[in-house]
Amino acid sequence: MIAVAARNAADIAERGTPCSLRMRAWFEGSIKALLWSLTCFTVVTTAAIISVLAYETYGFFTIQNHPEVSVWSFFVGTEWSPLLGAQPMFGVLPLVAGTLLVTTIAGIVALPIGLMTAVYLSEYAPARRRTVLKAVLEILAGVPTVVYGFFALTFITPYLLQPLSNSFGAYNAMSAGIAVGIMILPIVCSLCEDALRAVPQSLRDGAYALGSTKFDVSAKVVVPAGLSGVIAAFLLALTRAIGETMIVALAAGGLAQLTANPTAQVQTMTAYMVQIFLGDAPAAGIEYKSSYAVAFTLFLITFFLTWIGALVLRRYREEYE
Amino acid sequence: MMSGRAIATSRRLLKNRLFLYGCLAGTSIAILVLCVLMISIAIEGWSSVSWHFLDSFASRKPAQAGIKAPLMGSVWVCVICALVAIPMGIGTAIYLEEFAKHSRIKRLIQLNISNLSGVPSIVYGILALAAFVRFFGISSSDDHWSIGDSESFFYLHFPFGPSVLAGGLTLALVILPIMIIASQEAFRSVPQSLRQGALALGSTQWQVIWRVSLPAALPTIMTGAILAMSRAIGEAAPLLVIGGFLLVFHTPTNLMSDFTVLPLQIFNWAGRPQGEFHKLAAAAILVQLVVLLVFNSAAIILRHKLQKPLQS
Amino acid sequence: MSQPSALVPSMDPLTTTTPPPQRAEETRPASVAPPSAISMRGFNSWYGTNQVLHALDLEIAPRQVCGFIGPSGCGKSTLLRWINRMNDTIPGARAEGTLSLHGIDLLDKTLDVVDLRRRVGMVFQKPNPFPKSIFDNVAFGPRLHRVYSRTDLEELVEQSLRASALWNEVKDRLDSSALGLSGGQQQRLCIARAVAIGPEMLLMDEPCSALDPRSTASIEELIRELRASYTIVIVTHNMQQASRVSDATAFFYEGRLIESGPTDILFTNPKNRQTEDYVSGRFG
Repeated sequence: MIAVAARNAADIAERGTPCSLRMRAWFEGSIKALLWSLTCFTVVTTAAIISVLAYETYGFFTIQNHPEVSVWSFFVGTEWSPLLGAQPMFGVLPLVAGTLLVTTIAGIVALPIGLMTAVYLSEYAPARRRTVLKAVLEILAGVPTVVYGFFALTFITPYLLQPLSNSFGAYNAMSAGIAVGIMILPIVCSLCEDALRAVPQSLRDGAYALGSTKFDVSAKVVVPAGLSGVIAAFLLALTRAIGETMIVALAAGGLAQLTANPTAQVQTMTAYMVQIFLGDAPAAGIEYKSSYAVAFTLFLITFFLTWIGALVLRRYREEYE
Repeated sequence: MMSGRAIATSRRLLKNRLFLYGCLAGTSIAILVLCVLMISIAIEGWSSVSWHFLDSFASRKPAQAGIKAPLMGSVWVCVICALVAIPMGIGTAIYLEEFAKHSRIKRLIQLNISNLSGVPSIVYGILALAAFVRFFGISSSDDHWSIGDSESFFYLHFPFGPSVLAGGLTLALVILPIMIIASQEAFRSVPQSLRQGALALGSTQWQVIWRVSLPAALPTIMTGAILAMSRAIGEAAPLLVIGGFLLVFHTPTNLMSDFTVLPLQIFNWAGRPQGEFHKLAAAAILVQLVVLLVFNSAAIILRHKLQKPLQS
Repeated sequence: MSQPSALVPSMDPLTTTTPPPQRAEETRPASVAPPSAISMRGFNSWYGTNQVLHALDLEIAPRQVCGFIGPSGCGKSTLLRWINRMNDTIPGARAEGTLSLHGIDLLDKTLDVVDLRRRVGMVFQKPNPFPKSIFDNVAFGPRLHRVYSRTDLEELVEQSLRASALWNEVKDRLDSSALGLSGGQQQRLCIARAVAIGPEMLLMDEPCSALDPRSTASIEELIRELRASYTIVIVTHNMQQASRVSDATAFFYEGRLIESGPTDILFTNPKNRQTEDYVSGRFG
């Protein structure tokens, strides 16, 4: 490393400084300004997302001649039927409930398995096996979500769920939830592993020296010490599950209903947006605009969760650095 | 007392053992799932993969359908996405890691970036629909103004409409936060001693970055970029929002061409009730997974090369 | 340094460090244990292909403080970590020869290391309290090994904290985080944590190297008190510390045992030239 530093530094010395001090300051300054504006772009993006969503949502709530649309009825309404019948209903709760149901199933599938795998990777696995497992997880993480959706529709439902019980329809919350769980598994796993590996080795040594088994060390020292990182990992993974679109659009169905029954079909917030943007509704119509209100709700939920996740994560980084 | 302790010890050892088996089971599930996924899709789709499949356009008759348009669409969109997102991501990371001082504002920007990485991709689609496809409604699609003529490669019109360019920019929005975070970690892992060595020899801050930090961080950045791009290749939701083209019968010829991408084509076929189309979807997935495996192997090889000098 | 013959380990296989007479009455007469707590013969150790310990022969007597001294990298910490098999956690570490604790073969592959570590406590170079409360830190070991009722546990924690001279400083804040203690307090907490599981022996790996002089003095004081009840092996860089706290001292150089014996003899009248150079501060 030192040799590299020396070589690079010597390179620089050789070239010398070709321009005058003023030129140099100008050059450095303009590069800095350019990079600064790139950085600002991220802030602009956030602002733009919020403005677009807020503007269109405002348009939805102030639309003329639709007494059924009000902020209050939107957030507490228990019926969502924008495309059906003469009297459309815009209560977002069934969509939120659908999202929650799928996310809960995904969490039940992915969080324990992900944490166990992370413990195995960080505490047990020999270096070679670890490399292989990380590669497998990386591939799983890269599989397009539409593939998981297809898998849920053509494998999980007909070959895993329907043999168990014939109450499962072709579209159901369970298959979508399992597929979303598989999708977030690599995220849970790699973030949890980062958190566990950040726990200093000296704590493990201390616990082993007291006669702990590997289980004691993992469950009573390492996981509690890395807990905030693990929680942050869970939050970030669940955020991904909430925002997941293609899996639920393919496998969960298209009927918005307020239910906790995993065999039933549900519509999530994202699936509704897909339905609208695929062109089932005329643009500028009330149904079309309603998708923006749904998107805004979704954005607020995920933004809030990632924000908490990032705060927790920062706290745990501060603990050990 | 000894026997009591012996029992307690053996119980603890048993617990230890069970825990290991639990962890192993958890780990095997991940591998098992990957295998089942690959095998079930391979069985369903293998028979449909052929040169004809790669070289034909979509069709209402399953036997004649192919993925030429989505395949080329994916290539165009991803190239544009990479050209935009990778330099922007690296630039932002450089500013945050090398220039920005620790301050409240930097912390807020950092928090904002991690929040952006958690925003569902479909929401980026909505932003892109407003910003790139419609230019916030500044000019309506009827009276758009343009540069170049529609036959040429660099033909542009404003607003972009649901074009390849808009698609690429949309994906760039989606992966930009991932790209920034990966590059930042790469810069953070460059030892401070390298920078100080160069500074001590009288290099300017930009010279340090350009000649020391960036070369040292580049392999890690490229690994991150490949993984970010593998995310971009698989994205369907935001492109569905901006375009909604599910049937395209030509390959893109310039930045303003209509397009579809592989994941959208898969979604289209998977959503149909007929089994023949499911076979096509599986075949398209196989193609997609091969591309993905190529990307992942590239990342793994790159990382391997990267680790070697540290071992010697 | 220039004399290769000086690197040959002590040829006498029984450089037994007999307990000094003034400590003899403190040794329990009922003890039927063999005279040595630790005994090693022809002990070799490797990390991968790199041999770090060469043909060690050493006996450590029970209920006294044995100091390991020598320049860094001489293998003294490695040897310490074999006594409670902490080296098991390091890939590629292996050992040959004889190393036994009260006649138990410590290199036995089937040895229950969990039970071994319960009997042999360890204190590390840097204080490593768990990110839990003070009480939970001390109670960690007892909770692992046996089930105590809450009151028994409280008593045990108090005893252990008293034994490590920390009780008066922390008795009002047992439920606050151990990370809020000063470095010296943290290290005494780690000693209390090790003492709480009732070990026969304590291994200390440079326990004062991360501490300020005042905390060091309090730890040394504590070590002198603890030797009444435990066999203590302490690795140290600091020769004054070795001369202050240990009854017997072993000097290591480049993975070999150069000389061992009662501390006062080793420091005032060393047999070996190299030992003399080291203890008088001429190298190392």
